[in-house]
Amino acid sequence: MASPDTTTALESAAEMVSVRYPWRIRVRRWLRSPRPYRAALGIGVFFLAWYLLIDAFKVWRFGELPGLVNSTQEWLSADPIFGVSLFTAEYYRHIWTSFARVFAAFFAAITLGVPIGILMGWRRIFFGLTFPILEILRPIPILAWIPLAILLLPGREIPIIGLTFLAAFFVTILNTLLGVRSIDQVYFRAAQSLGFSQSHILWHVIIPGALPYIFVGFQIGMGACWFSLVAAEILSGSAGLGYKVWETYYYVQFPTMVITMATLGLCGYLSSGLVRIVGNRLMRWRAKLLAGV
Amino acid sequence: MEHKASIQPVEGGEVKLRNVTKQFGEDVAQTTVIQDCTFEVERGKFTVVIGPSGCGKTTLINVIAGYETPTSGEVVLDGATVSGPGPDRLVVFQETALFPWMTTLNNVMYGPVVQRDSQAADIEKKAHELIELVGLSEFSHKYPIQLSGGMQRRAELARALINNPRVLLMDEPFRGLDAMTRQLMQEYLLRLFEGSGRTILFVTSEIDEAILLADKLLVLSRAPTHVKATITVDLPRPRNLEMLTSRRYAELKSEALSILYQEAVSAFAAGSNAAADLVEAFEQRQSVQGKTDK
Ligand SMILES: Nc1ncnc2c1ncn2[C@@H]1O[C@H](COP(=O)(O)OP(=O)(O)OP(=O)(O)O)[C@@H](O)[C@H]1O
Ligand SMILES: [Mg+2]
Repeated sequence: MASPDTTTALESAAEMVSVRYPWRIRVRRWLRSPRPYRAALGIGVFFLAWYLLIDAFKVWRFGELPGLVNSTQEWLSADPIFGVSLFTAEYYRHIWTSFARVFAAFFAAITLGVPIGILMGWRRIFFGLTFPILEILRPIPILAWIPLAILLLPGREIPIIGLTFLAAFFVTILNTLLGVRSIDQVYFRAAQSLGFSQSHILWHVIIPGALPYIFVGFQIGMGACWFSLVAAEILSGSAGLGYKVWETYYYVQFPTMVITMATLGLCGYLSSGLVRIVGNRLMRWRAKLLAGV
Repeated sequence: MEHKASIQPVEGGEVKLRNVTKQFGEDVAQTTVIQDCTFEVERGKFTVVIGPSGCGKTTLINVIAGYETPTSGEVVLDGATVSGPGPDRLVVFQETALFPWMTTLNNVMYGPVVQRDSQAADIEKKAHELIELVGLSEFSHKYPIQLSGGMQRRAELARALINNPRVLLMDEPFRGLDAMTRQLMQEYLLRLFEGSGRTILFVTSEIDEAILLADKLLVLSRAPTHVKATITVDLPRPRNLEMLTSRRYAELKSEALSILYQEAVSAFAAGSNAAADLVEAFEQRQSVQGKTDK
C-alpha cells in the first residue's frame, strides 16, 4: 500500500494558479481542447481491455473475475442478484456510512491539524517540542495503528473514525507547517512596518499566505482519509464501502465487489473535487483573471 | 499639481547613522557587511545611496528600518534611537511586498486600519485619493498578480504614503522594470517628491537614476561598506529627464563614476566579476568621451 495520491493533489495545486474565467467560457474552452477527448479515450481503453480480457476471451486468471457487461447489468438492475445496485437502499447506506466517517474524520483532522501546523511554523519553541515526535509517529502505517485504536477507543465506530482521522491529521499538520514556512520574509517585514499586531499577522499574513499549501494538504488528506477508511472498515466494520468490498469477496459476489470498488473511486474523486472547489473560492487572489470581480 | 493637497506635510524625518557596523554570523563564519558607517539624511531632502551590487545596500536599509539591529553604533531618527520597525519609516522593498491576497485598495488601507488612527470611512477615502494619485483607480479592486510590475510599484508607493512616514526608505524600487517604465517611474517619483517636503532615502546601483533624483548622493564602498564620498547634486528642481544631457550632469556623473571605478578596481583585484563589468563599462565610456571631446 503506497502513499495516497500526492501527485494529483500537487497537479491540481498548479492548476489553481492558472487563469480563471467564467464557467461557461471554461466549459467551452475545455470542450475545444483535446483534454476531454484524451480522458474519454483513456477511460474507453480501460473498459475495452476489461471487456476483452474478461467478457470476450477470459484470458488466463482474468476469467475468474466479473465481466464488464455482468457488473454493469448488476449495477443498473432494479432487482440485483446480490442485493446491491443503484436502485437499492443498501447501496446508499454503505455510501452514506463511509462518507459520514470520512467527513467526520477529515473535519476533526483539519480543525486540529491547521492550528498545530500554524503554531509549529510560527513559534520556534513549539516546533522544537513537537516536530521530532511527529516525525517518528508519522511514518507508522495506518494498519499498524488498528490494534491500538481498538484497544483505546470505545465501540466500533470511533476506532474507525480515529484511524481515518490519523492519516489526514499528519498530512494537514505537515502541509500547514510548510505553508507557513513558505511565506516570504518580506511580507512579515511589511506587516511589522505597517504596525500589524500579532493577531493581524496571524489572520492577514500567516493564514492567507499558507493557504495554498494548506489546501494541498487538505486534498492529500482527503485521499488519505479514504485510503485509511477502507483499511479500517475491512478490519473492524459492519457497514461502509470498505466493509462491503471485503464482504462481497468473502461471499463470492464478485460483480458487487467491483461495483463497490468503482463507487469508492468515485466517492474519493468527488470529495477531493469538493475540497478543490472550496480552495479555489478562497484563493481567488491567485487567479490572473477574475470573474465578476 | 492639483493632487498635492492630498499629501500632508510630515514633521521630522532626519536620520543619523553613527558608526554603524553590522556583522552576520559568528566565529569563523562571521562577515562584516557594514563597517563604521556614518551619514545623515536631511529632512525634506532626497538622499540617494549608490553602491556596487552586493555591497550591503539592503542590509543598510534593513538596519535603518529596524529589521536588523546594528552590531555596534546606532541609528537615530529625530533624536531617538531606532529600536525596531515602525510606520514612521516605511520601506518600499526591492521585491514587491504587496500582500498578494489583498486587493490594491485593501493593501493601501490596511496600515491605517490596523493602527486605528481614524475612521474606516475616512481611511478608505484617503486610500482612494492616493490610488488616484498614483493612477491606479481602475485597479483598486484588483489583486497584485493582476497588476504590471510598474503598477505594483506605484501601489506600493501609495501604501507607504498613506501612513505619512517621516522617512520613506526605498530599496532599488525600480530594479527589474524595463527601461521605459523605469524612466516613467523616476519622473513620477520626482513629481511626487518635489514640493511635498518629504524625506526620502533611495538606494540604487544605477548612476543616472541616482543623479536624476538626488539632492545628496552617498557613494558606498564595496563590502564591508561605508560612505566613500558625498556628492551634492546641485541640479535645479523641478528635474526632468532632459537634464541627463546637461553639462553639469555629465560632470557629476563622471565624479561619481570615478569613485565607483576605484571601488570596482579594488573589488576586481579581490576577484569580483560584477566589478570587472563595471571597469570595462567605465573604460568604454572614457574612450567614447575622449572622442567627442576632440
Ligand atoms: N541575514 C544575513 N546573514 C548573513 N549574511 C547576510 C545576511 N544578509 C545579507 N548578508 C550578506 O551581506 C552582503 C550584502 O547583502 P545585501 O543584500 O545587503 O547587498 P545589496 O547591496 O543590497 O545587494 P544587491 O545589489 O544584490 O541588492 C551579502 O554578501 C550577503 O550575503
Ligand atoms: Mg539589495
